[in-house]
Amino acid sequence: MTIDIDVAKRRGERLISARFTAGPGLTALFGPSGAGKTSLLDMVAGLLRPDRGHIRIGARTLFGDGIDLPPEARRVGYVFQDGRLFPHRRVRANLLYGQRIAPPTSRWMTLEEATSFLGIGHLLDRWPGSLSGGEAQRIAIGRALLAGPEILLMDEPLSSLDAARRGDIMTVIERIRDELKLPILYVSHDRDEVDRLATKVIAVDG
Amino acid sequence: MLTSAEWSIVALSLKVGGAAVLAALPLAFALAWVLARYRFPGRLLLDGLVHLPLVLPPVVTGWLLLLAFGPLGPAGRWLESWFGLSLMFRWTGAALAAAIMALPLMVRAMRLSIEAVDRRFEGAARTLGASSWHAFWTISLPLAFPGVLAALVLGFARSIGEFGATISFVSNIPGETRTLPLAIYSALQIPGSETMVTRLALFSVALSLGAVVLSEWLARRTPAGRQQHDD
Repeated sequence: MTIDIDVAKRRGERLISARFTAGPGLTALFGPSGAGKTSLLDMVAGLLRPDRGHIRIGARTLFGDGIDLPPEARRVGYVFQDGRLFPHRRVRANLLYGQRIAPPTSRWMTLEEATSFLGIGHLLDRWPGSLSGGEAQRIAIGRALLAGPEILLMDEPLSSLDAARRGDIMTVIERIRDELKLPILYVSHDRDEVDRLATKVIAVDG
Repeated sequence: MLTSAEWSIVALSLKVGGAAVLAALPLAFALAWVLARYRFPGRLLLDGLVHLPLVLPPVVTGWLLLLAFGPLGPAGRWLESWFGLSLMFRWTGAALAAAIMALPLMVRAMRLSIEAVDRRFEGAARTLGASSWHAFWTISLPLAFPGVLAALVLGFARSIGEFGATISFVSNIPGETRTLPLAIYSALQIPGSETMVTRLALFSVALSLGAVVLSEWLARRTPAGRQQHDD
């Protein structure tokens, strides 16, 4: 599956632009903080509208050529930097939120598969507010996977974790890349992270 | 504690207050949502109109209602000819006056709770496949819900206390429009009814205090409120 992105967006004084194609595996968008990397992911997810350009995933055009799919029609999973778990729903309801909406044909993972894949079976009845950073990030990943995405966006998913947890989550990300074979667009400003995880590196310098 | 005549005054007040907040709820929520979420020309004017009953002398509000809903008013004639309905000197008219007077407080409380909802949760819901409508029902509304309840309780307390607009719009008719404050006012005019005044006044204090405390407690149950108060 080819990811083909060519977008530009002016935000205030800054121009955020990127142009690249990427194949399967993990594509790291690497650059300093404030270079607009998160804005790029938001554009792919449909949360931010580019001024011009196109976003294509495989044969599907998400944006461009007069098309601008709403986020819910894009099948783009998004793991946010802050997890962004719904605070008024337990872990189980967070995990199932997207799966319940997705048509059966686009689901490719069950709750049982996700909980054993991520090792989160013991957390299902907890509230998001009671989770540690590493636990919350696993739930956020599971929630995105269960919605049946065709591509996963990850925005500095390790930034709020201590060294030990970072290693755990990196292992999870490698398994998503290698076992689930889900294409990943990964934003980071950390050289070590990118060296370990990335199949391809795109420099973003704003 | 209260005599049966006094209980029927309380019952009428609760009926008027309940009908007022239920009638005001959909409009108040829609106004709060629009004011919290959208920027449009005329927004300041709309905000001002919503707040008008809060600062206008209540007698003027009552008089405006009389102009609109009286037998010669446009809304009054319309109700009369289409539904054979008149709000004049009826408890429904008292409920309308109370609803108008409670509206600004309800909009303010709901607006605060809607503004406190982190919109990024809605974005997250959209990427998980939720339409904006589904995200509203499953994410935004539940997160704002304690604030909506708080607004209901506050609006109810305000409705129970309504005096000026009510007496100028639907007069002071025992059993129909004589709610708690109007009954207290009437009793004050009659020598020797101090004990009735005292009992009704104490009841009002208890009711209002209870409502304000309950509404504060509810407002603190929104995620944003919880964070503020944990600091």
